[in-house]
Amino acid sequence: MAELKENNRYELNKELAQMLKGGVIMDVTTPEQARVAEAAGACAVMALERIPADIRAAGGVARMSDPAMIKGIQQAVSIPVMAKCRIGHFVEAQLLQAIEIDYIDESEVLSPADDVYHINKRDFAVPFVCGARDLGEALRRINEGASMIRTKGEPGTGDVIQAVRHMRAINKQMKELTVLREDELFEAAKTYQVPYTLVKYVHKYGRLPVVNFAAGGVATPADAALMMQLGADGVFVGSGIFKSGNPAKRAAAIVEAVTNYQDAERIARLSENLGEAMVGINEDEIQLLMAERGK
Amino acid sequence: MAKKTIGVLALQGAFQEHEQMLARLGADYREIRQTADFTADIAGLILPGGESTTQRKLMYSTGLLAPLQQRIREDMPVMGTCAGLILLAQELSNDEETGLSTLPVRVKRNAYGRQLGSFAADISLAGIGKFPMRFIRAPYIEKILQPDVEVLATYQGQITAVRYHKQLAMSFHPELTQDLRVHRLFLQMAASA
Repeated sequence: MAELKENNRYELNKELAQMLKGGVIMDVTTPEQARVAEAAGACAVMALERIPADIRAAGGVARMSDPAMIKGIQQAVSIPVMAKCRIGHFVEAQLLQAIEIDYIDESEVLSPADDVYHINKRDFAVPFVCGARDLGEALRRINEGASMIRTKGEPGTGDVIQAVRHMRAINKQMKELTVLREDELFEAAKTYQVPYTLVKYVHKYGRLPVVNFAAGGVATPADAALMMQLGADGVFVGSGIFKSGNPAKRAAAIVEAVTNYQDAERIARLSENLGEAMVGINEDEIQLLMAERGK
Repeated sequence: MAKKTIGVLALQGAFQEHEQMLARLGADYREIRQTADFTADIAGLILPGGESTTQRKLMYSTGLLAPLQQRIREDMPVMGTCAGLILLAQELSNDEETGLSTLPVRVKRNAYGRQLGSFAADISLAGIGKFPMRFIRAPYIEKILQPDVEVLATYQGQITAVRYHKQLAMSFHPELTQDLRVHRLFLQMAASA
């Protein structure tokens, strides 16, 4: 659009994330799964070749998915389609932009391509979501141009403990900033290794300047509602749906649980007879902590 | 006169942004997430932006579709923005399933393409004047299906806002701006209902 001012692009990208709030973003690996997710009420899908649980099981280097596979999913559904690139791999991001992806996830689930630098996301017209374990990581990613944040959690485990830990950490640190004196904010900016202006924003509003979703290990309607009650704007479900016994039913139940996350009776009903949940791995049983990637 | 309560459909999407606009205008509002929330005292309804497929699915699974539809047909004022417009439309050119289907227009979803096609522009809105319009993976109105549908705005030849009796619908997001004029207009419609 010719009349679009470029500084407007970041606002439009933040606003797309606002439209996803109160929704569930589901990992899908085929057009069929994408249609199941859309019919179940997903507000977006994440197109990837292997879901995190399989990436974890397979080992080796995990890269951006085949563009043909992503395009197949773009054609299958009308909701936004996201895709992952490796941390720091700005060329993978360029390719995803070239196929007009709706959101890029610069993701620790894939093998990092750079152990120092993240992608300069300000260079891109398409929006980015990034993972964060604490407020410093969240604000550093926002400073690099991310227009949406999610907790890292520990992908592919079916264990929600890390998503809970990350969400609580971010919320607690934001609350702490709100009660600081103005003259203490400069020191906070140094501690968090982030610009003063972002610290000032959190101090004033008590929230991130972008939408913040929960991700990592969400496997049940109760997990999703737990993350919503802890203050998430919405939920990513990765392996939890298509690694379970009845994906369509579980997906719909998680969608409804996110909308009515404070209605325990309803969530109890939604949780009945969902079939087998994904087999989880406890965090102390796993070899590779993906959340450690990209600080 | 007792204050009237505006319902804000809170199934999914940017409903808090609408609530902030209503709060700034001093209006009472309630989030509508299930049928129990949608009581007879609701004097007007806002359908927010978000994903229309998600919201439509949740309207069915929560049982909200029929009561909402009935009240809109009985002339309860309603305002739909973006996904809200899609849910109100009687026809969709690129989707089989409609939602409330109370507004006689044909809507094209994702009419400007994917997120790279999202844009902002100041466009004239009938009765209001230039308005900062934000289009996020927006739909537009392809066709008016009843002669008494009033066109309020167009952009590059496509209809982006209409009014039909007590239904106000637009493909952009006034709730993402600081401009209260559209919400004020809707509250006036609700007050005089």
